[in-house]
Amino acid sequence: MDALLFWIMALVAVAASVMVVGQRHPMYSVLLLILSFAALAGLYVLLDAPFVAAIQIIIYAGAIMVLFLFVVMLLNVPTEEISTGDRLRMLTAGPRRFGAALAFVLVVELFWALQRSPSAAVEAGQPGPVMSVRDIGIRLFTDWVFAFEATSVLILVAMVGAIVLARKETH
Amino acid sequence: MLPEPTLAHYLILSAVLFSIGTAGVFLRRNLITILLSIEVMLNAVNLTFIAADKFRGSMDGQIIVFFVITVAAAEAAVGLAIVIALFRHKETLNPDAFTTLKW
Repeated sequence: MDALLFWIMALVAVAASVMVVGQRHPMYSVLLLILSFAALAGLYVLLDAPFVAAIQIIIYAGAIMVLFLFVVMLLNVPTEEISTGDRLRMLTAGPRRFGAALAFVLVVELFWALQRSPSAAVEAGQPGPVMSVRDIGIRLFTDWVFAFEATSVLILVAMVGAIVLARKETH
Repeated sequence: MLPEPTLAHYLILSAVLFSIGTAGVFLRRNLITILLSIEVMLNAVNLTFIAADKFRGSMDGQIIVFFVITVAAAEAAVGLAIVIALFRHKETLNPDAFTTLKW
């Protein structure tokens, strides 16, 4: 079962990534990349890392990719070539349906990850080799605390930088 | 019957994904797609960490992936802000159009 899932998800991840690179429409590129992330999140669940799978879905697919979608829609550049008349037909039925299907896949996967997470396993009376979120949190705030704090500075710098760069210049 | 996935399978998959991302960076002429290709590369690296974690029985890889995702978020925010600024400047996303720093 796990072997079959591995091959399916590996295939989906590779196919979706190839299409991200091959796609001329940035909207579809972003949506296909979310599909690729969904497949990778599935692989993380298979690799006994449900915490990473969950943050992959919530932060990567849910936050970072939405940021990309915002910019694609904001800039409104349909294709790589100089845009023609169809500037405002960004959200046609195709991307919309694709997005809805993707959202469903991500929700199903999130539940799968939660169900494979160790607290569920402990309740079922079979503590697996899966690292719990609690263990990760303890490690994060003991051995890795310096990196964690440095990350907060990085995020602050990125936030200020993004605001300064994207701000409209007033002369 | 399909072979049970081993560490080698995961590493090969990760290498394939990384190559796809690299190809995207070099082949595409759209700043947003280039940023997306970088995300593909980052994810290939994450897969390596998680796979190595599982087969070595440690969990430091998961923590590193956590940091990689944080850095990816920062990179995406700043990168997209630069894309917006560039687009405002030239009304195009083609990286070949931005040649002011070329000599």
